[in-house]
Amino acid sequence: MTATTLPVGEAQPSQPSDTAGAVRRRRGGRARVLLRRVGFYLGTAAVAITLNFVIPRLMPGDPASVILNKLAQQSQVTPATEKSIRALFGVPDEGLWQQYLHYLAQLAHGDLGVSIAYFPQPVSEMIGSGLPWTLGLVSLTTVLAFLLGTGIGIVSGARPGSRFDSVTAPLATFLGSMPYFWVATMLLLLLSVTVPVFPSQNGYDLGLDPGFTPAFIGSVIEHGFLPAVTIIVSSVGGWLLGMRNMMITTVAEDYVTLAEAKGLSRRRVLLAYAARNAMLPQIAGLAISIGTVVGGSLLAEAVFAYPGVGYLFYQAVVNLDYPLMQALFLTISLSVLLANFIADSVYVLLDPRTREDA
Amino acid sequence: MTVSPPLAPLTPSADRLTWRTALRRLVPANRKARVGLAIIGVYVLVAAVGPWIVQSLMGLSPTELTGDVLQSPSGAHPLGTTQDGSDVLAQLVVGTRTSLLVGALAAVVSTTLSVAVGLIGGYYGGTVDSVLGALTNAFLVLPGLPLVIVLAGYLRGRGGPFAVALVIGLTGWAWGARSKRVQTLSLRGRDFVVGARLLGESNLRIMLVEVLPNLLPVISATLMLSLVTSILAVSGLDFLGIGDLNSVSWGTMLYFAQQRQAMVAGAWWWFVPPGVAITVLGAAAGLVNFGIDELTNPRLRGAGGKAAKTRKPRKKGVR
Repeated sequence: MTATTLPVGEAQPSQPSDTAGAVRRRRGGRARVLLRRVGFYLGTAAVAITLNFVIPRLMPGDPASVILNKLAQQSQVTPATEKSIRALFGVPDEGLWQQYLHYLAQLAHGDLGVSIAYFPQPVSEMIGSGLPWTLGLVSLTTVLAFLLGTGIGIVSGARPGSRFDSVTAPLATFLGSMPYFWVATMLLLLLSVTVPVFPSQNGYDLGLDPGFTPAFIGSVIEHGFLPAVTIIVSSVGGWLLGMRNMMITTVAEDYVTLAEAKGLSRRRVLLAYAARNAMLPQIAGLAISIGTVVGGSLLAEAVFAYPGVGYLFYQAVVNLDYPLMQALFLTISLSVLLANFIADSVYVLLDPRTREDA
Repeated sequence: MTVSPPLAPLTPSADRLTWRTALRRLVPANRKARVGLAIIGVYVLVAAVGPWIVQSLMGLSPTELTGDVLQSPSGAHPLGTTQDGSDVLAQLVVGTRTSLLVGALAAVVSTTLSVAVGLIGGYYGGTVDSVLGALTNAFLVLPGLPLVIVLAGYLRGRGGPFAVALVIGLTGWAWGARSKRVQTLSLRGRDFVVGARLLGESNLRIMLVEVLPNLLPVISATLMLSLVTSILAVSGLDFLGIGDLNSVSWGTMLYFAQQRQAMVAGAWWWFVPPGVAITVLGAAAGLVNFGIDELTNPRLRGAGGKAAKTRKPRKKGVR
């Protein structure tokens, strides 16, 4: 969905002026721009960390006491646990600044508290076991959806109004409009309940020992198939429309006309001239879409009981497991920022314009 | 990368839009946008009078528990009943009102914020723009759903569906702010803005009278888009069971269908309609968005099927 609107803002590319001065400026520009991005992402990480600090303290009542009471019902709360929960969720009679410093110190030690629902387990361990599942699912589906959507978008945008385009463009709009959780539910119904082809929950056959055995890997693929299809179906439309619209704009550019006039093959004109430039907003969109895909993955995981952080998050909210919930919020936000930073840096390396005017 | 003569601005020339011309332009000459708007209009109509028709005229209740449990569609219950014997059609229609109201509130909150931030940042430039831009980008890259889920997790239905709408509105403004900033930036140097400034008009007046009408196409696009994303987000929260479970909405319908194993029971009439309702609404907004892209970017216009043949931009002749 997000990628669709991209052309509104980005459709007026300022044509780079290829003068010697600009070239010189670009050299130093690249490092400076990257440095600025590092600064920005550090700042945004600070915003995420601070939000994580502020949210429980904004809530009515005293979440820390609620959590400690719940923990006490299950077993003895050690002073260390009490201290960490207090540092994370608030101390009523301490200044905010003081609390913030304690909170940061707590994070620096990597201590995110213990889970309420799975009592003695530290939340960092639980997140550690869920993260690889989500990471694998999200990265694989993002790459596939990007390639698929962009590829079809090239064909579709090269001849707007053609039969192919008049089928794919509305279809993409339609697919992009379907909510993740509903796609997931329907797939579950069709391919797991009605026609039991795929398993309906878990990340692998629980009877198997995790390891690099063919049986286990096969089981992982089988279990991951429906969640992956869900994410791809819901996100491919945005890529397709974004690429299509940029292609239409780019194909009308003079340098494409020139390439055609030179007698280059149509394939070469479309791929090396038009698509190559039309691709840039897509790559810029990649950075931003990661957050959306992660969000979608949270919902898909909840439906399929997939053992990633999304399912953990879902359970944490349903069970009122606040320590787990906050820790997941922080982990997911910081991971998304890191992924963004990587995608953004690639973009800076690819698009000379960002080096000039940023 | 390329050497080419400067391009004509992509926005339609004779640039300046006043409030009147901008509003006239909002009734789009674009077929896709019209179809999309018509569908949204039907939804609004259903939300406005539907509950009254279904409840008073047809005598169906969305919440009443009857003995007619899990019945497939029939004359008495056009869309069948739920596990509790409530009527699905009544739930769907009442849910339309809830979902639209919540989505609209969230969309208005986030669009207002995005216009304010984008307009001020783009117009003033300099430090103001840097600060607002950094804030916008921060919220743009921070994943929205986890933040909303955490906040909703603490709210737990307190404050009703509108608290959730507010949370979604307050977290979802960044995307729109960016596109509005870019647009304002390109308008700032146009003759009519510079002229107004030379005439000594106040900054506020220039922003509201000269710049804002020109943003209207972008604003309406954002509004549509955020209406849909908000409805999707609210439905997602409701579906997970962390919204307001006492309200009847598309999301809570799906939540209860999932909880009561409607899928295993094969009760398709229970969980297909709310999903279709969300999808069709989303597709309608997609069409509007599409049409507005075509209006702001004339090169996309050629793609409109039959209409394209008469209005093909000159460039198409090259091929």
